[in-house]
Amino acid sequence: MLFLVEFSVIKPDPGLIFWTVIIFATLWFFLGKFAFKPIAQALKDRSDSIDQALKQAEQARAEMANLKAENEKILQQAREERAVMLKDAKDMANGIVAEAKEKAKEEAGRLVDAAKMDIENMQKAAMTQVKNEVGSMAILIAEKVIRKELSKDSAQVDFANTLVNEMKMN
Amino acid sequence: MFLNVKFSHIIAVVCMMSLSFTAAAQHHGESHNDHGTPTEQHQTEAGQVEQQHSDSTAGHVVAEEHGAQHEESESELVNGKYDPKPMIFEHIGNANEFHLWGHTAIPLPCLLWSKEDGLTTCLSSKFEHGHKAFNRYVLHNGVVKRVVDPSFPTGEVSIGHITTTEVEKAEVDSLEHEGKMYAIEKASKIGAFTSWYDFSISKNVFTMLLVGLLLCLIFFSVAKAYARGKDKAPRGLQGFIEPILVFLDSEVIQPMLGDRSTKFAPYIYVVFFFILFNNLIGLIPIFPGGSNVTGNISTTMVLALFTFLLTNLNGNREYWGHIFNMPGVPAVLKLLITPVEIIGVFTKPISLMIRLFANITAGHIIILNLVSLIFVFGKAGQSIAGAGAGIALAVPFTLFMNVIELVVALIQAFIFSILTASYIGAATESHHHAEDGHH
Repeated sequence: MLFLVEFSVIKPDPGLIFWTVIIFATLWFFLGKFAFKPIAQALKDRSDSIDQALKQAEQARAEMANLKAENEKILQQAREERAVMLKDAKDMANGIVAEAKEKAKEEAGRLVDAAKMDIENMQKAAMTQVKNEVGSMAILIAEKVIRKELSKDSAQVDFANTLVNEMKMN
Repeated sequence: MFLNVKFSHIIAVVCMMSLSFTAAAQHHGESHNDHGTPTEQHQTEAGQVEQQHSDSTAGHVVAEEHGAQHEESESELVNGKYDPKPMIFEHIGNANEFHLWGHTAIPLPCLLWSKEDGLTTCLSSKFEHGHKAFNRYVLHNGVVKRVVDPSFPTGEVSIGHITTTEVEKAEVDSLEHEGKMYAIEKASKIGAFTSWYDFSISKNVFTMLLVGLLLCLIFFSVAKAYARGKDKAPRGLQGFIEPILVFLDSEVIQPMLGDRSTKFAPYIYVVFFFILFNNLIGLIPIFPGGSNVTGNISTTMVLALFTFLLTNLNGNREYWGHIFNMPGVPAVLKLLITPVEIIGVFTKPISLMIRLFANITAGHIIILNLVSLIFVFGKAGQSIAGAGAGIALAVPFTLFMNVIELVVALIQAFIFSILTASYIGAATESHHHAEDGHH
């Protein structure tokens, strides 16, 4: 049986081996050194940087959570403080109003008292004036009465005599 | 669901690609039909030669008158059957030219060395497809062969038809020159040395150079992209290559090599992409594809040899300790285990060599066989109906095989690199880890 073209691929060919060694070794050297080494390094660097970024993100997230909790706490505190402050303010306002009311009452009382006193004083003054008026009126009347009685000489002499008698007796 | 849709798209694209491959492959097969015309001649001659052989005691028999009626035979039918074997073996083998169709081929540079004549360099077109000899070299079925007889003239010589005869179960090719027959012999192979060596830029070497160029173009540009765009999302070619690189890194290099990965990763990458590109380019049926580079044992032998050397030159004390003095094993068993381990040192690279070679060659042979169905059914062009039936049968099968071969191309590159990484990784593993692994 003739094959005509032999099954040559199973027979190692020195020429082909020679060229394969040269081509493959050259590729290995140049591609390995100038392509695959930098590529492998770049891949490693990037995966490292991604890992780091992920870790940092995780950290940031934890920090965020912390911060948020803290904020919440502060907010709660602020809210409580506000409530306290509000209560204080209300109390104070109430106090002020009460005080003001008290003061007003006092003032009013004082005013009333003063008015009363004034009234009293004026009453007294009026009384005094009335008394004075009445006194002078009495004197005037008495004068007129006396004048009328003493308008005759005899009456004057009599009167003078009585007066002198009275004086002598004394 | 979303995944399904995507997957079906990929399948559709691959199918379409394979369809075009198949069409081209058919064309290739047909073209070969044209080219293979002399084959039948050879066969008939051979038959007649054998008849003559009974009454002739001479080694190779001259069948001169057959050399004349050479060209215009319709088919390559042998006993009414188409024999695809020569076509297949020619396609998977190395050659000194890129055969396109008929007598059209792309010539390749030849570097031929023999003890008597020293170095001969020329383009394979100088041989004019077996019509001319140059410095005693001729081209036969796309392969350079050499006239052994020192009386044959050197320089450019017109020659007659080359015939093949069988002598004592060995094939002997001989050419006719000025009425005399001269035996011609193939270039030296390891284990079958002849008078000369072929260091030509053959079809396989050309394809390897092309792959080398492609790899350089692609990976220097990718490396540049990585250097330029640090901490940036990969784009373009870099984005296309990156998933493969990341896959290799996370599935092959890191698990197998661990802390030694910086030293050996470049080798793993180069091996993977060299094999992958050669596998894929071999699946393209037209120039510059179609060479069976990784399906040639010379290439896989070199790759396996590099792995063998890397493994054993970098093997540490524990590695050799496990081979020659397996810890924790009784002395009696060591007598048995040590030889097995020593054999294992060599069987590992040999298995690498044969696995890749056999897978790729087998794939090529199956596809070529399926394409041959058209010519087997069609009786090499004599039965159109048969050819139609052959096409109906061969196209879906070839399509299927081409898709399988695409997968095989990837898988074999992956297997070669992962095994290489595991051998190197195991040989360089640190003591502590080795102990863990052992128990």
